[in-house]
Amino acid sequence: MWRADKIEELRKARESYEKENLKAEERAQEFKTLSGIPVKRVYTPEDIKELDYQTHLGFPGEEPFTRGIHPTMYRGKLWTMRQFSGYGTAEETNKRFKYLLQHGETGLSVAFHFPTLYGYDSDSKRAKGEIGKCGVAIDTLKDMEILFDGIPLDKVTTSMTINPPAPILWAMYIAVAEKQGIARKEISGTIQNDMLKEFIAQKTFMLPPKPSLKLIIDTFEFGCKEVPKWNTISISGYHIREAGATAVQELAFTLADGCTYVEEAIKRGLNVDDFAPRLSFFFNAHNDLFEEVAKFRAARRIWAKIMKERFKAKKKRSLWLRFHTQTAGCSATAQQPEINIIRTTIQALAAVLGGTQSLHTNSYDEALALPSEKAVKIALRTQQIIAHESNVANVIDPLGGSYYLEWLTNKIEEECWKYFDKIEALGGVIACIEKGFFQREIASSAYNYQKEIEQRKRIVVGVNEFVEEEKVPIPILRIDPEVEKRQIARLEKVRKERSKEMVEQSLADLIKGIRSGDNLMPYFIKCVKVYTTLGEICQVLRDEYGTYKEPAMY
Amino acid sequence: MVEEGKKIRVLIAKLGLNGHDRGAKVVARALRDAGMEVIYTGLHQTPEQVVESALQEDVDVIGLSLLSGAHLTLFTKVMELLKKESLENIIVLAGGIIPEEDVTKLKEIGIAEIFGPGTDTKDIVEFIKKKLKKWK
Repeated sequence: MWRADKIEELRKARESYEKENLKAEERAQEFKTLSGIPVKRVYTPEDIKELDYQTHLGFPGEEPFTRGIHPTMYRGKLWTMRQFSGYGTAEETNKRFKYLLQHGETGLSVAFHFPTLYGYDSDSKRAKGEIGKCGVAIDTLKDMEILFDGIPLDKVTTSMTINPPAPILWAMYIAVAEKQGIARKEISGTIQNDMLKEFIAQKTFMLPPKPSLKLIIDTFEFGCKEVPKWNTISISGYHIREAGATAVQELAFTLADGCTYVEEAIKRGLNVDDFAPRLSFFFNAHNDLFEEVAKFRAARRIWAKIMKERFKAKKKRSLWLRFHTQTAGCSATAQQPEINIIRTTIQALAAVLGGTQSLHTNSYDEALALPSEKAVKIALRTQQIIAHESNVANVIDPLGGSYYLEWLTNKIEEECWKYFDKIEALGGVIACIEKGFFQREIASSAYNYQKEIEQRKRIVVGVNEFVEEEKVPIPILRIDPEVEKRQIARLEKVRKERSKEMVEQSLADLIKGIRSGDNLMPYFIKCVKVYTTLGEICQVLRDEYGTYKEPAMY
Repeated sequence: MVEEGKKIRVLIAKLGLNGHDRGAKVVARALRDAGMEVIYTGLHQTPEQVVESALQEDVDVIGLSLLSGAHLTLFTKVMELLKKESLENIIVLAGGIIPEEDVTKLKEIGIAEIFGPGTDTKDIVEFIKKKLKKWK
């Protein structure tokens, strides 16, 4: 992009400028991004002299999609405002969904409680004390019917944060849509369905890695044929980051996971251009605004390259990295909780400047409890102000061309490829999980981050600087203890009213399906339609495939 | 309580179903770096498993971590079981997302201290050392 003689001229000019001007001391010896990448005082064309506009940036909607996947981006359509929500029973969450839609939310995102995430029914011994606490309790299709009661599934898209039992919850969603008279071809949304990041960071696992992958590829295959508008996976870096990873680790590990899924699907015999357009991603937006924007831009560029060069994808859509973003929960402080609104604003801005397709903004009280109604409304309003008042959505990739941002985008990409090489040398993603490589890398980053705060190398407002002794009391959401009783009562009622024979038959068929290696999606749909519980289905999976236990290390 | 020259033994346990182990692991490393012997149970522990490990490992301190909101149910169970096993001399600490109003309740059932988000790990180290010295 720059002529060599001009760069040389600039270098000389800079050197004499520095000699003349740089006499004063700076406020720190070293300046680093949040991820620890050292940054210089100022960036100039010298730092991006290799950058070629057409090859490295291109236009929005053109390869390598650094500047966005659509030619019009937010001038065409704003991102989807999708607040992650769920608590108590299906009734309470249905009410929260309607509240959010009424206040301008444009997509739904379901948070399930822990027993559902692990495939246990609410009356399981393991569910004690956890019912409806961190999400909504879903045991059977009955709960799912109540959850989406009065919500037209052909008009709204739904994202479901569910992993080990993702195919089963998806089966329930398909069944609810069909009960509403909507064909499975018409529904759209996302199941998270990303087990690799569960083993790496989020740690909600049920089956060992191999059968976990098998089930995921089943959803890819089924989705291509039967539910073409559905994103059958959301390959997630969010949790990797929350567990303590740096921005570079978040990106590298997530894209490496993505490659593993693509490889597995190709091994199954699927055509890359059939399933790749339905892969979606999920990233974290932390406090370092430029680093985050650079990360999103690098992500698109790297993925497009991988899909094209390594996996030989032909369709333009297969090269798109589409992603949801959530602001960084781990950055929220319990101290002076209201100031989390400001952190969230900066992080949400990073996501928008980075070209996200949908966004969840955290509520200010999340370091204390599940979000209250007031807190979640302010979080949604934050997105609306960015969308409608700040004007940042009027120009695509407005930071593109900044010497610093372009340098940082290149730097993050470079570091990412280094990690890919390392992962490959260790035998690939699954081998790395088994060896604890990712887990150790992340734990070390988390520990370093904590030490930096404690040594005051990093300032966190309200925690190690500008501390206030006075506690600010804020009202928080509490889960009524009655929730547990009501949920278990409903489950018992469903068990009593359903046909025992049909349930037993559905489970016997499922076992046969597992043993013959079939795609299990049709079996799951059959099971849920006769009100077989999530726990009953998962017990079969656990019995047939075995369970996973992580080696304890820190 | 702790003999001269003997290292303080701490069990760090992730109770319940949530897998958010960042805090537990950071605390485990910090305690180890402060010279303690740390036994980390790993994830998804039941109260029974925690107490069993505490007994077998002969620990001075148990650190419980939980962020899913099930703390009242599960911590209470741990305290009951410790009492049943006559292990009340073990200092029990807790960390995670625990609302202010539950802190009093948890202290009433015998949890020595609750370390919430934003805690400096040095405070935990200091707390343990002070407690064990006083008991000696």
